[in-house]
Amino acid sequence: MSAREVVASVVDPEMPMLTLDDLGVVRDVAIDGDAVTVTITPTYSGCPAVEEMRTDLADALRAAGYGPVLVRTVFAPAWSTDWISEAGRRKLAEAGVAPPGSAPRPAPGPVPLTLTAPPTVVTCPNCGSRATEELSRFGPTACTALRRCTTCREPFEHMKEI
Amino acid sequence: MSPHAQEQDPTNAYQSLSETTEHDDPRWAFGSGFEDVQAEIEAPVPDGADAADLAEYCLMLGDDALICSHRVSEWVSNAPELEEEVALANTALDLLGQARVLLSRAGHVEGAGRDEDALAYLRGEAEFRNVGLAELGDDLDFGVAVARLLVFSTWRLALLSRLRDSRDPVVAAVAAKGVKELTYHRDWAARWALRLGDGTDESHRRMQAGLETVWPHVEELFRTSDVERRLVDAGVATDPAATREEVDAVLDQVLAAATLTRPTLPGRGTLGGRAGRQGAHTEALGHVLDRLQSLARAHPGASW
Repeated sequence: MSAREVVASVVDPEMPMLTLDDLGVVRDVAIDGDAVTVTITPTYSGCPAVEEMRTDLADALRAAGYGPVLVRTVFAPAWSTDWISEAGRRKLAEAGVAPPGSAPRPAPGPVPLTLTAPPTVVTCPNCGSRATEELSRFGPTACTALRRCTTCREPFEHMKEI
Repeated sequence: MSPHAQEQDPTNAYQSLSETTEHDDPRWAFGSGFEDVQAEIEAPVPDGADAADLAEYCLMLGDDALICSHRVSEWVSNAPELEEEVALANTALDLLGQARVLLSRAGHVEGAGRDEDALAYLRGEAEFRNVGLAELGDDLDFGVAVARLLVFSTWRLALLSRLRDSRDPVVAAVAAKGVKELTYHRDWAARWALRLGDGTDESHRRMQAGLETVWPHVEELFRTSDVERRLVDAGVATDPAATREEVDAVLDQVLAAATLTRPTLPGRGTLGGRAGRQGAHTEALGHVLDRLQSLARAHPGASW
């Protein structure tokens, strides 16, 4: 397997239904002989999964015969849920996590405050109903919000658009 | 016996906590315990900016986030509902992430060999550069916690949305990412202020009292330090005084919707012109640092 393929196969430690490639956090894989430098971008500034990603990437590459391995993080440009692949969106929905819609475009100037939940339509990943409501904007991981379907009554996670 | 030799028992929560791989390093008992390979940290100091000023400015922005993160994290295991606890924990984590990058940049630019851990765990009170609002305690009063986060996130969002254009690439990168995160923090705090302010008589009274507790620390947020003034000229910093109109407009929007009254309390005084940005802090910072630093100071380099 090429180093690029090894990197592409490593899964996200908090959402193991997604590979790091699906999640869109892999920026670059540079190969120099057997040495590999992987550049990734954190999803959130304090994302605790970055350390695990670093370890998992190094383990997978070493197991495939590569090394030394250097994993670098870059912050700019900031990660966006728009970088999640089509395959990743499908896998999220299959695992019961509603995939994100398109992220708001960063605009210059002040960020407007909205005091009511934005009227986004999030489809229930369990029954397909469009009648869902937000329970909490912060879910069990930094990147998800918690919602509930008012048709089948199941709670589910929704990946927040950022 | 090494953890690898243990029979895997999926129902044993303690076993998975100690799960290791052969490449794992010993876990540090505090701090990050590792040198992050952050590509941007080593970028050169922008032309026209003084390195000592830039290090100091990164400490200001980083310490605001670190100390406020600590205060918010005090709600973990104490919040009124699980969902709110998760929200507060996530908020604290975002701020901690911003602090880590900024402190790493400060340490690199300073060039004295201090990393993010040394700066977080081994500085004394007078070396911290955060504003007083960040260190203000809430004694687990939810009204004070909401008011503090509302003001802090509104102000920091106004700063960071301007700093996306900073000529320092690390400050600009933290700002671009931080704007997305702080938008969520401000939404959370604003909606709670609305719910409590426009709720029952008791929730209204408590939310108003929270604002009164926080208000004496608002004035300091718009005071421009000499370091900031010089870095504004170099295109690195933004002038906090210039954010006042935007911050006031957002707070007025929330207060009006929440039927709350803007407090008229005067700002806290300075110590001969010195305040948080110059290392003059309230007693509260000592209590934060006691919790934050005691393990690292008692057991330097401890691991488990």
